[in-house]
Amino acid sequence: MVQRHFILRVTTKLLMPFILLFALYVQFHGDFGPGGGFQAGVIFGAGFVLYALIYGVEAAEKVAPPGVIRVIMTLGLLLFVGVGYFGLFLGGAFLDYNVLAHDPVHGQHLGITLVELGVGITVAATMITIFLSFAGRNRT
Amino acid sequence: MTNLPGLYNYWIVIVLMMTGFYVVIARGNLIKKIVGLNIFQTSVFILYISMGKIDGGTAPIIVADTGGAEVVYSNPLPHVLILTAIVVGIATTALGLALIVRIKEAYGTVEEDEIFAKDEQA
Amino acid sequence: MAVGILRLHNLLAVVMLSGIYSLISACLFVTLDAVDVAFTEASVGGGIATVLMLATLGLTTDREKTGKGNLRLVPLAVVTITGAALIYGTLDMPLFGDPTAPIQQHVAPRYIEESPRATGIPNIVTSVLASYRGYDTMGELTVIFTAGIGVVLIMAGRRRRED
Repeated sequence: MVQRHFILRVTTKLLMPFILLFALYVQFHGDFGPGGGFQAGVIFGAGFVLYALIYGVEAAEKVAPPGVIRVIMTLGLLLFVGVGYFGLFLGGAFLDYNVLAHDPVHGQHLGITLVELGVGITVAATMITIFLSFAGRNRT
Repeated sequence: MTNLPGLYNYWIVIVLMMTGFYVVIARGNLIKKIVGLNIFQTSVFILYISMGKIDGGTAPIIVADTGGAEVVYSNPLPHVLILTAIVVGIATTALGLALIVRIKEAYGTVEEDEIFAKDEQA
Repeated sequence: MAVGILRLHNLLAVVMLSGIYSLISACLFVTLDAVDVAFTEASVGGGIATVLMLATLGLTTDREKTGKGNLRLVPLAVVTITGAALIYGTLDMPLFGDPTAPIQQHVAPRYIEESPRATGIPNIVTSVLASYRGYDTMGELTVIFTAGIGVVLIMAGRRRRED
């Protein structure tokens, strides 16, 4: 497996940064064009799955240990709920972004960006986790 | 009955939905059932999205400079609902596939009738 | 396409067809003005779903058992009757692309009117998703999270039995 699929390995290496960069672009440009946390998470996960398919699951697990990914998965959801509670502490309702900044419009913008980030993190981590548990099954 | 051609989107949805339904209830293979469920699911997505479509509308992203013209946007609400539903759908599909893998390990088959036969013996 | 999925017994081909089916429906979503949805469908259906299905095939089997008689009559009858009933139901539905349909009258105009001013975000889908429907999205995220945990628990259990 080490030297097989030479072209695939080189192409993957070339494409990886662009896929991940595109995922981040979709994540943070989602306010202005099509995109958002869900899509970005899935694209990020897909890029990772590509890496795992070409370089093998062991290499992929070295890059992203399953335990760490599971923690990140939780962090995304916590970020979402945390933004909700933060609004609550600042005197608004749960998930009320108007109070996050001095200006309600800025508060909304900030809240939406943070929440989308939480969505993206959780979706990406969940996709990677699901794939790794499927692929990890093969080895034994 | 003059409005019949205007309803074709629903009919496409129903045909797809029934195809998926047939795969789910008539096929014994569990993986195929999941694929059928996905077809069913996509038909529901198409139903929602096609209901949100407005004639002459455009994607619901505000155009900064319309040049004074009135811009019609398609309904964004179904898009939101379906967007999340797709990702939830893949997550639940993955859960179903995981169950299938475990069933295969426990029974050695993914055919429904063979599983029932093994249950009978036990 | 869907009928092809129905008829094939080679599950590998079925999975590939379902990937293509996803891409086609993504194109359909673009023509229906749902660019965000098309984006998601293409990356989910064409990418992740196909890979997961292939992984499952790798772990199980890629041949479907060819049963007695391809066409089963009872399910076919059920499906036909249900479909006919549904088509009868659509006769009362609003026309495709009709701007006066009930779905266009309720909250959607308010979202389109207000959301750019209230949130300063041009993409209405994003602002509705994260702000107006924040609870929904949180719930969906929890579902995804729970499904992920479920997969981990199911798959990470006992290793394959030696038999």
